[in-house]
This record gives sequence, structure tokens and C-alpha cells, in this order.
Amino acid sequence: MNLDPKIPAGELADKWTEFRSKMDLVAPNNKRKLEVIVVGTGLAGASAAATLGELGYKVKAFTFHDSPRRAHSIAAQGGINAAKNYQNDGDSVYRLFYDTIKGGDYRSREANVHRLAEVSRDIIDQCVAQGVPFAREYGGLLANRSFGGVQVSRTFYARGQTGQQLLIGAYQALSRQISSGKVQMYNRHEMLDLVKVDGKARGIIARNLVSGKLERFAGHCVVLATGGYGNVYYLSTNAMNSNVSAAWKAVKKGALMANPCYVQIHPTCIPESGEYQSKLTLMSESLRNDGRVWVPKSKEDAEAIRTGKKTALDIPEADRDYYLERRYPAFGNLVPRDVASRAAKIECDAGKGIVKTGRGVFLDFGAAVIRYGKIAANTQNISNPSDAKISELGRATIKEKYGNLFQIYEKITGQDPYVFPMKIYPAVHYTMGGLWVDYNLETNVPGLFALGEANFSDHGANRLGASALMQGLADGYFVIPYTIGQFLSKEIRTPAISTDLPEFEQAESETRAKLEQLLKIGGAQSVESFHRRLGRIMWEYCGMSRNEQGLAKALQMIRELREEFWNDVFVPGEIHDYNPELEKALRVADFIELGEVMVRDAMARDESCGGHFREEYQTEDGEAMRRDDEYTYVAAWSWNDGNPEVYKEDLHFENVELKTRSYK
Amino acid sequence: MNLTLKIWRQKGPSAAGSFEEHKVHAEEDMSFLEMLDVLNEQLVHEKKEPVAFEHDCREGICGTCNMVINGHPHGPQRGTTTCQLHMRHYNDGDTIVIEPFRASSFPVIKDLVIDRSAFDNIIQAGGYISVNTGQAPDGNAIPVEKQDASQAFDAATCIGCGACVAACPNGSAMLFTSAKVSHLALLPQGEVENGKRVYDMVNQMDKEGFGRCSNITACEAECPKEISVDNIARMNRLYVKSVFAGTQGNEKN
Repeated sequence: MNLDPKIPAGELADKWTEFRSKMDLVAPNNKRKLEVIVVGTGLAGASAAATLGELGYKVKAFTFHDSPRRAHSIAAQGGINAAKNYQNDGDSVYRLFYDTIKGGDYRSREANVHRLAEVSRDIIDQCVAQGVPFAREYGGLLANRSFGGVQVSRTFYARGQTGQQLLIGAYQALSRQISSGKVQMYNRHEMLDLVKVDGKARGIIARNLVSGKLERFAGHCVVLATGGYGNVYYLSTNAMNSNVSAAWKAVKKGALMANPCYVQIHPTCIPESGEYQSKLTLMSESLRNDGRVWVPKSKEDAEAIRTGKKTALDIPEADRDYYLERRYPAFGNLVPRDVASRAAKIECDAGKGIVKTGRGVFLDFGAAVIRYGKIAANTQNISNPSDAKISELGRATIKEKYGNLFQIYEKITGQDPYVFPMKIYPAVHYTMGGLWVDYNLETNVPGLFALGEANFSDHGANRLGASALMQGLADGYFVIPYTIGQFLSKEIRTPAISTDLPEFEQAESETRAKLEQLLKIGGAQSVESFHRRLGRIMWEYCGMSRNEQGLAKALQMIRELREEFWNDVFVPGEIHDYNPELEKALRVADFIELGEVMVRDAMARDESCGGHFREEYQTEDGEAMRRDDEYTYVAAWSWNDGNPEVYKEDLHFENVELKTRSYK
Repeated sequence: MNLTLKIWRQKGPSAAGSFEEHKVHAEEDMSFLEMLDVLNEQLVHEKKEPVAFEHDCREGICGTCNMVINGHPHGPQRGTTTCQLHMRHYNDGDTIVIEPFRASSFPVIKDLVIDRSAFDNIIQAGGYISVNTGQAPDGNAIPVEKQDASQAFDAATCIGCGACVAACPNGSAMLFTSAKVSHLALLPQGEVENGKRVYDMVNQMDKEGFGRCSNITACEAECPKEISVDNIARMNRLYVKSVFAGTQGNEKN
């Protein structure tokens, strides 16, 4: 199979404008006849469904949630990037493009990333017009802050709830189209299969999660905006119900999963507290502006802290190892996510972890408290302040900056982070890999599109902070409304697709058979226990660092787990009922298959880049070693009935020079 | 710690429900929902059907989880969703009563799962600004006073969980509706449609069968995002204004 990215000709900066000016359009009278199915209504899906509705297409939108407002886009904290250059600090479309390419460790497509940087500016305008309450300066204009590693202030934010506010904006735009009848909304419907007719994506089989009934839906094309697959690790910062099933069903119908081994592990999350742990909570990247990361220098001290004989406060300054500052003097605690995460793992693997499980390091605001305290004392004209007074003033400043996050931390851990340093550990956060798409965001299955985290297109091997919201909305508001016309303009003579076609019949009966099979197994182990075991395998062997031997072992273990799952899982309840265990069982079954492909992808990529760190490929001082001569390509995997095959799309860099990322 | 749970079980919307008693062992670092996960694992192990409850982000932001715990929507801790409540607030030997949010506009689907689509209908009636993609002027072309932006934000933090309705003896959705009305009314972008929006949303709220507001303010006390009842006052003002000024402009009425 030849993977044609369909990148338009011309200069990088002109490609999108020229392409848009010349692309095929669909006339309004024809739009009314064309039906589009949108699965998933997070940022990408809701913005796409709303915009396609505004344009006049007949849209059917699906979510497994009770309302589109619940999608996990809502949990994004930090902000959204845009090359507005409102701060006059030298930002530009090119700079955002360049930062994204470099941040992605040179494993993304130049043309897609440049388009993303271009439309980033329109997103902010659109969201403001919708009433998204972005942070403002006293003059009434929009405020910005800086984020992870970049040298300009281009992040727009709404306190620590940017994702929530953007999602509500998209949800409201979608609600407006629903009320006008242009979008038909199906809540509590989960896509369980993709239906192809004559090779084109023409519909889905969905399960009504309340009645449990299988339903058929047809359209001229299908758009998947179903998020990432971080929950393959069981524990992640993803919501409990986030899953890969819709995308995976597409893969089983011939779409390709690109770069599945590229997973972002976020360095600052609240560590696991016990076996019962169900998910992990992120502490915003912004904390690393003032927090210093450390572990005790000696294993004995670490052991004493783990067993509760000592606390962080008992370890004198000289016995602490601020390992990020030591290893990366230039960037210190503000190294990119992948680098910070790996460094924490190295310390904990060496026995320096400071929580019960051994997997945790300190994020300490002690120095910042003193620094801010002295500044405050100075500005308040307090001469010779006591240490207690300095602490008091310093804590007040910290509270102003991070109060909300400190409160969340205290709710979850029961410890006061103003007194004791926070305990943090890396956790799975985002997946850069996803369905392979071309420049039009169309997969290799004609008429099947993928948006947002569900596709692989823009972040390469590592995503920059505040870029996920940007990409989701770019795809939904400003890319798909144009590029979908490339496909649909050729479908104007296609009458409405009937759900009575044999292809629908077959997909429905196969889906039903699978549901019945799961309920029939009647084994001894819960769905949850399988998911947990899969998560452990993936985290251990295909997590922050990987090696060939471990991956080979994981492959074996996952296959055995799949076998065991289909023989010994117990799924209670019935098909025709509200049955969350059955929903979970279907998702876990898909995660197990995906896990295998992730491991194969990680094995096949004999280099280290971004979120993919192969121990065999590192420099003498333990940094990632890319191998551009052999691995500058996208690896897109087919499932192929359990014998996954890889197809390659070579990446061409015509506008940036490939360099080694260095933060020393 | 060892706990006794009295949990509401109900097979379907029209079935009669009742409390079921279970014993469960919990650790103090567990979240409330993780304690229920343990119970469900136990039930699955005994080949029984687990308790159906809804949850998703478990970070207090998606608004999915909805339980009345010992009489309080989202439990005893102020400004906290069920998922952010932790077991260290309970003691060994405690009995905990767990029910769904109860309101006639939120029918039970199963056990603790309820149907809140009435909230979606209220938003669809007018909880938006009518702007198509691509029509927007430059973001900085619409200055917004910092304080207005901040107040609009406070209203916009509503997570649509429905605790306000569950807390209200009248089953009123005034806090939810007024939070959206306020969020949009306080911004210059939203002001244009104020009259029509408030009129349509309030009418939709009534159509969904939510009760009237009698200024009890239990909604504010139980709201996990601590949204202020000032928003209700603002909505009432806007509603009256829209009726008397005839700006509701809705052909349908």
C-alpha cells in the first residue's frame, strides 16, 4: 500500500491558502442532501459537527456520554497556543510551526504543522466570539502566559480550566445547531463498528447504552473524533471511559494506526497510593516554574522517608539531589515533559523514590517560598523580617499563583503542600499516535476522516504543552469543514445510503455475536482485573523506557492475556440493558489488541525520539539518540487479522534542519 | 476501615427501587468512587450485578458523577464533587447512605444513573452566542473589562452536574440556568441576545418540569463549584426586563 499524504505543491507558507482557494466545493443545495456522521463530541468532534451543520450538511453526532459537555477535553488545564504575537515578543506563524516540529523531535509532517500554526490565530478569535471567558488584562485585552520550553508568551488561558471553557464553547455552538435541526445528536450511543460499502466509509453500528439495542446509522462519510488511547495503560490522566474502540474498529476495517508507540508521559502527576487506584491526576506543568524536583542523595534517607521514619523536612539541603538542575543546568526544572519523566524514573529505579510504592519524587516550593517572601517583605517595607514572617509572606504569593492546584493536591493526598513538598510521579497523559490521515485528515479508507487526538498528524513523537486544545479545534473548526468537500464533492450524485444494505446487516450481526460471546464466557476474572494486568505490562515494558528484550516479553504476555481474556472473563448482566461492565469488556478487548501493535511499533523503531525511548539508543550520558537516516518516517500499522503489518510514509523536511534536541 | 453501605438499587425508570445493604473495606487514601469500585469488584466476584453509577474524569470537572451521600448531593465536603471526596473523611464502622440525585426532571435510568438531558435542552433553547465559524472579528477587537470577564468566568465554571436541582426542595434548575444566562450576559459578545436568550431558556426550564425558586439557596450551599445565587437575581432581572421591554423576540411564543 502506498501512503500518499496528498501534500499540496507550492511554498510551505502558501500551501494551505492556495489549496483552499482551488479546492472542490459542494453547492448549498447539495450540502442539504449529504449526510455526515461525526463520532465523538469533544473539542474536535463538537467543533466539527457544529461547523458542518452551519455549512448546511446533514450531521448526525454521537457520544457515549450522557451529554457532549462531558468529553475529556474538559479536563485540560493549562491553555491553548496561538501565534497571535499580542505580546510583541517575536512570535509568528513560522515560530509556532518551528517549535512544534522541534518539540515533536522531527517526526511530524511539515505541511500539516504549518497549517496548524496558521489557523491557530482564527481559533482564538472564534472562541472569544463564542463567549469563552479567557483571562484578560486590566485594559480589557487578552492575557497570555508562557508554557513548557518555548521562548515566547503565546498561551491563552482561562484560569486552570481552559479545556472546560473551550469545550463548553464548542458544546454551545453544537447545541445551537441541534436546536436548528441541522445536527441530530445521539447521546449515550457507542460506536461498535464501522460500515464500509464499496470500499467507502458509509456508516456505523452503535449500541444504545440505555436500551442496549444495536442501531444502524448511514451517511455519505464518517468522521472520527474519538480521542486517544492512553487508557491502554489502565492508569493514566485520561477519564475512566476514554477508549480506543471506535478508532480500533476502523483499523479492523482497513484503516491504519500510525506511530502507536508515541505516548506522552507527563512528569508531574500525583503518584499512585495503592492497588485500588483507578486513575491519576495531573498537576499542571506551570508548577515547574517555581517547584524544584529532588530526591535524597542516599538510598537510606529515601528508605526512611518511604517507611515514615523521616519526612522531607528532615533532609538537610546538602543531602538532597536536585537531579534536573544537576543534569540539565541550562533548562533545570523546566526541561520538556519526556526528559523530566525519564529522569524521575531513573532516580526511582535507583532506589531513591520517596513514596510507599517507591515511585515518587519531591516537587518542592521551599526555595520559592523564601524567595517570594523576601520580595514581599521588601515591597512592604518590613525590615529584618523573621524567618516565620518570610515564610508567611512567601506562602501567600504561592497561594495566589497556584492556590487552586494546591487545593486539589490536598483534597487527594490529605497533605498540606504549603508545609510538605508535593510528591509527584510521571503518568501517561496523551497519545501522539493515532489513525493515519493525509493532508485532508482522511484515512486510507475513503470517506473516513479522523480529527484531534484520534489522528497522528501534528505532534510527531512528543507534544508541546497547550497544543492539544489547539489541534482539536483547528481540525474541527478550520480544517475538516474545507477538506471534507474534497471527498463529498464527488458524492453529490450518491443518494442517501440505506441501512438495509447487506454490509450493515453483516456488521450488525458480527457485533451482536461478539457481545453474546463476551456474556457467554462466564469465567472467573473481572474485566477490571484484565485491564489492570494489561496496564502493568504496558507500563513496565512499553512505558517511559523500552528495550528489545522487554518488548519481546511484553508481546508474549499480551498474547497470553488475550487468550486468557477470551476464555476466563466474567461479564455480568444482559445485552439489552444498561450494562457498564459489558461496555468495559468491549473496550478492554480492543485495548489488548492495540497493546500488541504498540509493542510491535516500539520494537520496530530502533531509535529514541520524543516519547519513545529505547535504552539501546542513547548517548553516553543517557540522552535520547535519534537515527534520522533510517527512521525519518511514519509507521502505519494494519491489524491484518492479528498479523499486523507496517506501511511507511517518509517524512521530508524542506524547511527546517534536523537537529539534536539539547537542554543541557 | 470497615463500612456499611446502604445503596439505592433500581432496575429501570419504571421499576420500584429500594436500598440494598453491603459491607465494604476501604483505605483512607481511596476516593469515594474507588471505594465503590472495590464494592463492584466484590459483587462481580460473587457473580452479582455491580451497582450502576456514572463517573468519568474523576477530577471534579466533567460533571458526570452524581450521588446523594448521607443526604447531601456530592457528600459532606463543600465545593467538592463526589469523585474528589476521599475516604479519610470517614471512620471505621460508619454507615453511608448512597442515593441518586432525585428530581422528577432527572428520571432514574438504573441504580444511581440518572437522565439529565433536560439540562441539554435548556442550553439548546438559547444558551449560546449566535456566531458561525469564521465570522469572528479579531480576539482583541472586543475588549472585556477584567472584572466582567472574571465574573462571567465564575458563572461559566458550572459543570452541569445537577447538584443544585437535587439540593432544592422544589427541584428547581434556577442556579444552572442562571449561571449560563449570567456567563453570556456579562460579556459584550453575548449581550446582544440577552432578551431572547433569557426568555427562551426560562421557558424551556419550565417545560422540562423543574420547580420554581423560593430563595432557599440550598443550591449554592451544595454546588461543587460554589456558584453564587447572585446569578439567579441577575437572571430574574433580565427576564423581567425582557418581558416588559418586549425584547424576547421569539416568534414561537
